[in-house]
Amino acid sequence: MPIRVKNPGMFSTIQDLGRHGYTHLGISVVGAADRLSLRVANLLAGNEENAPALEMTLLGATLEFEERHIVALAGADCDAKVGTSPVRPGETVEVPAGGVLKSGGMNTGARSYLAVQGGFDVPAVMGSAATDVRGQFGGFQGRRLKAGDVLPVRDGRGFRTRKLKAGALDAVYCHDLVRVTRGAQQEWFGPEAFEVLFTCPYAISDQSDRTGLRLKGQPLRPREQSQLLTDGIPLGAMQVPQDGQPIILFVDQQTTGGYPKIANVIMADMHHVGQFRPHEQVRFQEVSIPQAIMLLKEQQRWLQNAFVP
Amino acid sequence: MKVISASDSSLLVVFGNAISPELHHCVIGLFQTLRARQDPRIRNLHPGYTSVLVDFDPLRMTHDELAAIVEQAGGATGTKAERESRVVSVPVCYDAEFGPDLMDLAKHANLSPEEVVRLHSSASYLVYFLGFSPGFAYMGGLPEKLHMPRLATPRGHVDGGTVGIAGSQTGIYPVDSAGGWRLIGRTPWRMFDPRADPPTRLQPGDTVRFSAIDRATFSAMAQ
Repeated sequence: MPIRVKNPGMFSTIQDLGRHGYTHLGISVVGAADRLSLRVANLLAGNEENAPALEMTLLGATLEFEERHIVALAGADCDAKVGTSPVRPGETVEVPAGGVLKSGGMNTGARSYLAVQGGFDVPAVMGSAATDVRGQFGGFQGRRLKAGDVLPVRDGRGFRTRKLKAGALDAVYCHDLVRVTRGAQQEWFGPEAFEVLFTCPYAISDQSDRTGLRLKGQPLRPREQSQLLTDGIPLGAMQVPQDGQPIILFVDQQTTGGYPKIANVIMADMHHVGQFRPHEQVRFQEVSIPQAIMLLKEQQRWLQNAFVP
Repeated sequence: MKVISASDSSLLVVFGNAISPELHHCVIGLFQTLRARQDPRIRNLHPGYTSVLVDFDPLRMTHDELAAIVEQAGGATGTKAERESRVVSVPVCYDAEFGPDLMDLAKHANLSPEEVVRLHSSASYLVYFLGFSPGFAYMGGLPEKLHMPRLATPRGHVDGGTVGIAGSQTGIYPVDSAGGWRLIGRTPWRMFDPRADPPTRLQPGDTVRFSAIDRATFSAMAQ
């Protein structure tokens, strides 16, 4: 039975782990800004980790349940309550028929994920349930949620909720340090530019969203101004436009770009990018590609061992 | 061919640094060869003007393994002389209603509007790659007489299907969006449909021709 949106919060969309295999047609990967939290929420609810879930931004949604449902939260704490009982990230809760899950502002982090047992029932478009807001397709009617929307839920009978081990989430969040590898056009930049990037803090501009995080700080200058021919962009690429203020290209970014990429956020740290709030400060640290892959494998192992068997 | 680690989960394969049909053939050759492998470890393949970005799952294959596959595929495509290219004929109505910048382009080119239409619809264009928005094809091969810089101030709204030119390129806006290209006509075709397979009318490597249609044909086809 469906879930009714009483208040959508600031910017809420249905997401999964992204739409792969279509970037050559100009179709962005999109998907959850913090994929790790979406996976955790789904696993808690007993879903597969790629099930369609709700991503909420800075101010959470309020949802009305026509029938009893089990939901799980992960990511930023959105001050959620069912009746008077608070629900924290990392917890599952049973919402009774006629119950309301009310959430509020996030004080730390920027995105909260709500998974419902069974998963939201939205059609897969090109193999994914993720909302492509720019392309206006996928997710729930290809757009952010509005008050009055009625979200269908898949049958979750027989699914079993899971529990996180005590303190399992502690090590994963709350970082102001993001690790990067050198980017595709690293040769365009001299040692001075890397010195600046790896020592000076940058502030997240309030112009940031799912397409990219604009950073404010010491400008980065290429050795010489030359024109880059448009090429494909990896997720998390840090490109440097003419003003020298770097931009981290994020999940909703168009698939091609024409500015040099000095660095690239490692996959194991991408979830931090999805949790930065405007005006927060971030520092960047260089790692090698083998180190980045080792960190990704560690994260994968952490996720496998985070739950009570 | 140069293989660069662009991130911990992607390689950028670069063939050169100039826009040319020859490099484009290398790019499309590699793109198609890798695509035909249907390797589930490769998540996305994205051609650019002179490069292919290969996005993969680093938990299932290493950079070196992928680089070896790329080298082998790149070597094989380099030996093929001419690559098969699909030819797509796109109907376009060049009426003033759809092409508000056609007169300016004619003046700039010192041609009559009819000659602009004839030139634009007699050339063959290469789809170098798609980007910017779903289904937006970057096409080269615009006759030199029709080269004109993009608008100084982009329009806030361009209707989907509108055909434009910018510099030495021509393109079609697949969906309503903002845009700075000079608009000269419109196709009744739906260039992007998320529920169609494939979802876009054009693919990287296609050869495109424009066929001029009148307003009545446009209306009939747009039904």
